[in-house]
Amino acid sequence: MKARGFTFEKLKFASFDFTCCEGCQLQLANRESALPDFLGLLDIRNFREISSERHDDYDIAFVEGSISRQDEIARLEAIRRQAKILVAFGTCACFGGVNSLKNRLADGEAAAEVYPGMQVESLPVRKISDIVKVDLSIPGCPVTKEEVERIAVSLVTGSLIALPKYPVCMECKARLNTCLFDLGEICLGPITRAGCDAVCTTGKTACLGCRGPAEDINMPAFLELVKERGLSQSDLKEKLGFYNAFEAFAANET
Amino acid sequence: MKRDLEIDIHHLTRVEGHADITIRVKDGKLIEARWSVVETPRFFEVMVKGMSAERVPFLTSRICGICSISHALASIRALERAMEIEPPAAAITTRLLAMHGETLQSHALHLFFLAAPDFAGTGSVLPLMQSHPGLVRAGLQLKELGNKISEVTTGRCTHPVSLVLGGLSKAPERGHLERLLAMIRERKAALDIAADFFSTLHIPDFARETEFISLSNGSSYPSIGGKLVSSDGVRREENDYLQMTNEYALEGSTSKFTRLSRASSAAGALARFNNNFALLHPLAQNVAERFGLKPVCHNPFMNTLAQLVECVHILQDAEELVQALLEMRSADIRTPFKPKAGAATGAVEAPRGILYHHMETDDNGKVVKADCIIPTTQNNANIHLDLQAIAGRAVAEGKTDSEIQMLCEMVVRSYDPCISCSVH
Repeated sequence: MKARGFTFEKLKFASFDFTCCEGCQLQLANRESALPDFLGLLDIRNFREISSERHDDYDIAFVEGSISRQDEIARLEAIRRQAKILVAFGTCACFGGVNSLKNRLADGEAAAEVYPGMQVESLPVRKISDIVKVDLSIPGCPVTKEEVERIAVSLVTGSLIALPKYPVCMECKARLNTCLFDLGEICLGPITRAGCDAVCTTGKTACLGCRGPAEDINMPAFLELVKERGLSQSDLKEKLGFYNAFEAFAANET
Repeated sequence: MKRDLEIDIHHLTRVEGHADITIRVKDGKLIEARWSVVETPRFFEVMVKGMSAERVPFLTSRICGICSISHALASIRALERAMEIEPPAAAITTRLLAMHGETLQSHALHLFFLAAPDFAGTGSVLPLMQSHPGLVRAGLQLKELGNKISEVTTGRCTHPVSLVLGGLSKAPERGHLERLLAMIRERKAALDIAADFFSTLHIPDFARETEFISLSNGSSYPSIGGKLVSSDGVRREENDYLQMTNEYALEGSTSKFTRLSRASSAAGALARFNNNFALLHPLAQNVAERFGLKPVCHNPFMNTLAQLVECVHILQDAEELVQALLEMRSADIRTPFKPKAGAATGAVEAPRGILYHHMETDDNGKVVKADCIIPTTQNNANIHLDLQAIAGRAVAEGKTDSEIQMLCEMVVRSYDPCISCSVH
């Protein structure tokens, strides 16, 4: 592949999915106007959702979904053995995602309720990095295609990949939105990593933190803000737990 | 000719989710033709319990990456009916438009990315970019339009942002609607290119009589809510969905099954088409005629073409809905409500067929019980029986091993199964 006088190797790419909705992989086929250029960066070796061609000689594996069954662990370990770069793709892969809400129940309880009298295996939901080493994380529910495009270009050109360190609040302010806290609603924008262009808050719904914590967040101050404004603690708990992305801060919750 | 054949397809490609096909032929006779859904369950019905009603659509939309708007709206409809909330007119129109966006995106994905390669004899859409550039461009234009409609109406194309209980959190912006109107008009040409291609395809000549189930409201092509009807003459109210579905589970499949008057039934574009043909836009009816598609059609392969017929209808109807929104003067987009106890069903026509969410709330508006019955679950038994019939016939006709495998894969793909969804 040639671009601006330089020759680049296409990425030997594969995409896999585990316990998830496949919505992040679907983003790879979105942004249609840029799709031919995006696909031009990839030598697709394995991508079951869109292609019947299956090869195992990939270098980069995007892994969507969380892990909740024994056969998934074996599949994931095989991918790890092959991939030079394993990418946790989307919130379920990075944090466990909404699937983690199941973990509130004792082992086997959810399966017994949904499939009474049947043997259905379901382990407690885990994120990808609980099982294998992850080289790169792209959070989002779903991932933001523009960010994925930028990262793909960085991978092809071998340049530095960095996610925004600052919170969603910055992007939200730049879009001149009215702060949802000022409208009396708890929003996780002040503590969540940016990169989504504040898509939810721009649509006037609270950020639920799908991209996980921003760097150096001040959790105690955030919790104090919620308390100061007299907002609902049960609403706060529901929001912080939604994607399992603030697990590390759970001890700080009041 | 006496022969043995073993086909084991592990994780069928070009479908959403994980399922296997097993075919066994011994001494020239079909012994087994099985379709097994092996997808990992996620247990949304359990997750949703205890959650505040207003947050529920944000969770249930995550059941599916392709039809997240349908899931959000099925939950919203169930909860609004349970708590007796009437959304304002602008919200109702915007939601109908959002459903069109999602269905167009989903159908285009199936038509061009998942199904077309079978007919062109390629493994994926990628070689078609060189061999059929005009067709792929048309497909991408339609898919892009679908995503754009979803984005303008719900804030994002996957996992909607502004669909909330009581209406919308934010109205579509006027400028966005104006640009969308121009885009809809311009992209109608892509439908002609698609119809030209799909009308030349050799659709396998196969039919197995079944029962088609869809929504029906008597005045417009079905989308959100209505009566539950079947081509065998069953008619039920939305809240009586359990009598329509009779859901059951079988070992070896994490997707459940449903049945009504027969051993199996079908939902989806062909079911909607068969049950609501008269309500399609005349231009869509013309395209159906061009494909030789007439109600009641029992050939599952025609589901793919029924999807394209629906795309024609969608562009016409979306144009009218955008115009209606532009003419609306009321700024009312959300009805305030107080949480309360109640129970109701919300049924919508998701891209792949009728989708039911049933929700029960307590006095504080927390969900105490939830049930979701997915289109692919409703097609599960039908896929299984079609697979047996087509494999049996192909073996009897002495087709080659690769022809048999191809037909089996194609018949499953023609349902456009959404397997993650069915194993929610």
